[in-house]
Amino acid sequence: MIAQFPALQVVIPLLGAPLCIILRRGALPWLIALLVSWAALAMAATLLSQVADGEIISYALGGWLAPLGIEYRIDTLNAFMLLLVAGTSSAVLPFAYKSVAKEIPQDRHYLFYSGFLLMLTGLLGMAITGDAFNVFVFIEISSLSSYAMIAMGRDRRALSAAFTYLVMGTVGATFFLIGVGLIYAVTGTLNMADLAERLPPLYQSRTVLAAFAFISVGILLKLALFPLHLWLPNAYTYAPSVVTAFLAATATKVAIYLLLRFGYTVFGAEFVFNIVPASEVLLTLALAGVIIASFVAIFQSDVKRLLAYSSVAQIGYIILGISYANVTGLTASIVHIFNHAVTKGALFLVMGCVAYAAGACRLESFAGLGKRMPLTMAAFVIAGLSLIGVPLTAGFISKWYLVLGAMEKGWWPVAAVILATSLLAAVYVWRVVEIAYFRDAPADAPPLSDPPLALLVPTWVLTGACVYFGIETSLSLGFAEQAAIQLMGGG
Amino acid sequence: MISGLPPGLILIAGAVAIPFVGPTIRKGLVLALPVLTLALIWGTGIDAGTVWSAPFMGYAVSPVRYAPTGMLFATVFSIMAFGGALFALRSARPSEMAAAFLYAGSAIGVVFAGDLITLFVFWEIMAIGSTMVVWNGSSDAARRAGLRYALIHFFGGIVLMIGLIGHIEATGSITFDVMQADAWPRWLILAGFLINAGAWPLSSWIPDAYPEASPAGMVFLSAFTTKTAVFVLLVGFPGTQALIYVGLFMIFYGIIYALLENDMRRILAYSIVNQVGFMVVGIGIGTEMALNGAAAHAFAHIIYKGLLLMSAGSVLYMTGKRKCSDLGGLFQSMPITATCGIIGALAISAFPLTSGFISKSMINQSAADQHMMVVWLLLTAASAGVFLHAGIKFPWFVFFQKDSGLRPPDPPWNMRAAMIFFAALCLLIGVFPQPLYALLPAPVAFVPYTGAHVVGQLQLLLFSGLAFFLLLPLMKRTLTVSLDVDWLYRRAAPAVIAWIARDLRELSDGVLGGTRAQVGSIIDSMAHYHGPAGLLARTLPTGRTVFWVLVILAAFLVFNFS
Repeated sequence: MIAQFPALQVVIPLLGAPLCIILRRGALPWLIALLVSWAALAMAATLLSQVADGEIISYALGGWLAPLGIEYRIDTLNAFMLLLVAGTSSAVLPFAYKSVAKEIPQDRHYLFYSGFLLMLTGLLGMAITGDAFNVFVFIEISSLSSYAMIAMGRDRRALSAAFTYLVMGTVGATFFLIGVGLIYAVTGTLNMADLAERLPPLYQSRTVLAAFAFISVGILLKLALFPLHLWLPNAYTYAPSVVTAFLAATATKVAIYLLLRFGYTVFGAEFVFNIVPASEVLLTLALAGVIIASFVAIFQSDVKRLLAYSSVAQIGYIILGISYANVTGLTASIVHIFNHAVTKGALFLVMGCVAYAAGACRLESFAGLGKRMPLTMAAFVIAGLSLIGVPLTAGFISKWYLVLGAMEKGWWPVAAVILATSLLAAVYVWRVVEIAYFRDAPADAPPLSDPPLALLVPTWVLTGACVYFGIETSLSLGFAEQAAIQLMGGG
Repeated sequence: MISGLPPGLILIAGAVAIPFVGPTIRKGLVLALPVLTLALIWGTGIDAGTVWSAPFMGYAVSPVRYAPTGMLFATVFSIMAFGGALFALRSARPSEMAAAFLYAGSAIGVVFAGDLITLFVFWEIMAIGSTMVVWNGSSDAARRAGLRYALIHFFGGIVLMIGLIGHIEATGSITFDVMQADAWPRWLILAGFLINAGAWPLSSWIPDAYPEASPAGMVFLSAFTTKTAVFVLLVGFPGTQALIYVGLFMIFYGIIYALLENDMRRILAYSIVNQVGFMVVGIGIGTEMALNGAAAHAFAHIIYKGLLLMSAGSVLYMTGKRKCSDLGGLFQSMPITATCGIIGALAISAFPLTSGFISKSMINQSAADQHMMVVWLLLTAASAGVFLHAGIKFPWFVFFQKDSGLRPPDPPWNMRAAMIFFAALCLLIGVFPQPLYALLPAPVAFVPYTGAHVVGQLQLLLFSGLAFFLLLPLMKRTLTVSLDVDWLYRRAAPAVIAWIARDLRELSDGVLGGTRAQVGSIIDSMAHYHGPAGLLARTLPTGRTVFWVLVILAAFLVFNFS
């Protein structure tokens, strides 16, 4: 049974989706989604414990052996991403019950949960497969479902946001497919491990160089690196609360995983950092993204949008770590993938709580919330501290390693930029806190209180995780370090 | 098991619990927890060494290290937490009490830190806790001052963090021990420490933020941030010569600004800078006796400064007034507050038989022993200056001087009890210095009560006292006109000073105003580009976004093929 977990990891959510449509009554679709997600989490945890000692699981789908068949190949990084995706969906789905009931008409609930499971399937598939074309298939599954999910937002602008994301996402996926096609043309294989062996002699080939350009731009578009982030703010702002929390924590992160996988495993560090100037390009774009997106976040008047721009900046930090091309930087990136997912997940769930109680996330509607929704805003403050990177929160661990990596390179101006921009994060978190705690609610404001426990508990689980992973770092940092060493070792 | 508990965690746990318990339990809790902390520091029988270490962020950190200096500071921090809690018992809101305990607990955490990472963690929590204390002053001014305070400490944290990571990266060691300021990581660490000590040019946060806190809040604030900075300098950078100059600058900066100040709590805030300056000088001298002196002075200072601020806080609490010119004559109706305030003032002036005398004289003596003539002279002159600005100016203008007509009674019992407790400590330490000397990091051979010391100090104080009353008109800036020789110092001198001061003010206003306008226009243009409708943030048509994709693709292709 356990031997089949790699396949079941993807197949169970995939089968859960139509099941939601068949059993569409009442709370059943929600229950199915919840159980499927928890099962996926259990399987991901099992897989992670199996690869914890550095072993690599290779699973031949349908008994067809690689390189002809599709191989699921799980090393520390894959398993870590599976855990992240399944863990986030398991944490936000309990939240979804009341939140979705409030934000989406009753007759579309089964479609929502069905779409949610497809999105989960796609993301898990991207993280688990060892086949380049299979990656494209799962990108499409997750993207198409997420367009639909975003379009379910209450605001009419959700439709245009979803449309922009659809166009951009399709361009990205197509670029990726073109790139995969090109390398298939020169190597004749789609299996990643196989590609890794056949590509080095072809490093000077123009086809491979072009393939790398298409694949990178395609992936950078999906992971929303500045200036390819333009689809992200609207999508995050207008999507239903649960979708925003889930996408922010996982979708861009899985795309970053793909960047690592293709960069280090398929093309190889030698190619990426020595033949192609990827380090310089990534460094430039990452720094520009961190600085500009942080400033843009400061000036936003909608808190969800503010957090969306903060996500663009945080993605910048992750890419920054990759651009160092050393183990410390890579560790910082991977651990920040995890820590930022937890932090942003918590923050967007807080937005869900506010949207549930107050109906909107405009900055002015936060006035007086510190007193009126004390538990919700306390969660915002703690997760906000993690976003800034205050000690004893998850964000601090990432920040420490990012700076350490920069110092190892001797790039101390980069270290200074990282710390100075965390001051910008303090400013945009402060803007919300100031209005929530120091400005009184208008006299005619309707009475508000903390949302029901069904919303508060998941929010506080992720908020608690922000603190937990700031203190107990063996899970996040330990696996990140192991994954980084595996990647750098060419594994 | 209990013996390995980080002592700071008791107060931090209290901070978490305080908002959730009822008023009666809260009162018991805030008084019991500092005592419990004290018991954990001294009752476990551990007196040196790292108790345990734990993995954190891939390092082996040691959150609990017992060492004499740390235990000394933790002891006085616990006493301060107790006294402050007693003083704040009825006036402080739960949020303020929680913030103060978070602040005090993390300060104790810093002095028990065995490694740089633990130190930094508690350092940052301390900044958060103290900012929350300032905000609990709950006025608009407190909100703004708290924000400025937070920004300065956030900046200090950044400087410190870059330094720490650079140091750890270069040496591979996270142990917190003596460092030499010989390369930029250590310079940055030193700078980060000094920002918290209130060293110039970033010292204005003390008189800016502290007086905006509540009466009880400022009692807490006076004790922890600057003194943990003294502690880390004492452990990390003893004998660093630059500290002598930094300290001397702080001493005179504090005196001059305190003399010019009218707000009683701002006078005392400047005097914190001045007193910390003495400690920093002692650390810079770096001999065993100087370091002992700095540690002892920190201990004594926390208590008498707490006492002075309780006295000032009681006046503010009962009258709602904070300016010297609005106060006066209060000794008639507030005898206990006045007496305690005077004892605190005598202690800060290092009057024999008070705690200040037995600690500060060690620093002065060590300068003399090292034959640092100029330093010794300046320290001695500054001692007179302290008596002028804090020793006489504060009690004279608040409790005596003209009669302001105010007749407030002494404050509630808990405030009186806290003041009497601290006043008694000031005198006890002054009369029986041996218990404090026994706590110092190095054995003490110093005898404070020799004829020469006592007579010398008394002469100094007497003459500066005389000077104060002779110059009283100047101090009050009276405007009597009488054309005589004294016109020179009664009219011309103030006029010249005022003239210079006005020019200075115009200059600074001009510069500040100019900068402010500049900053304003920068922010405007930033908002133009970054605001919701700005170039960098507005929603672009889909076609335009795809255009960017093509630009990046083209860039990638060009780079790849070049």
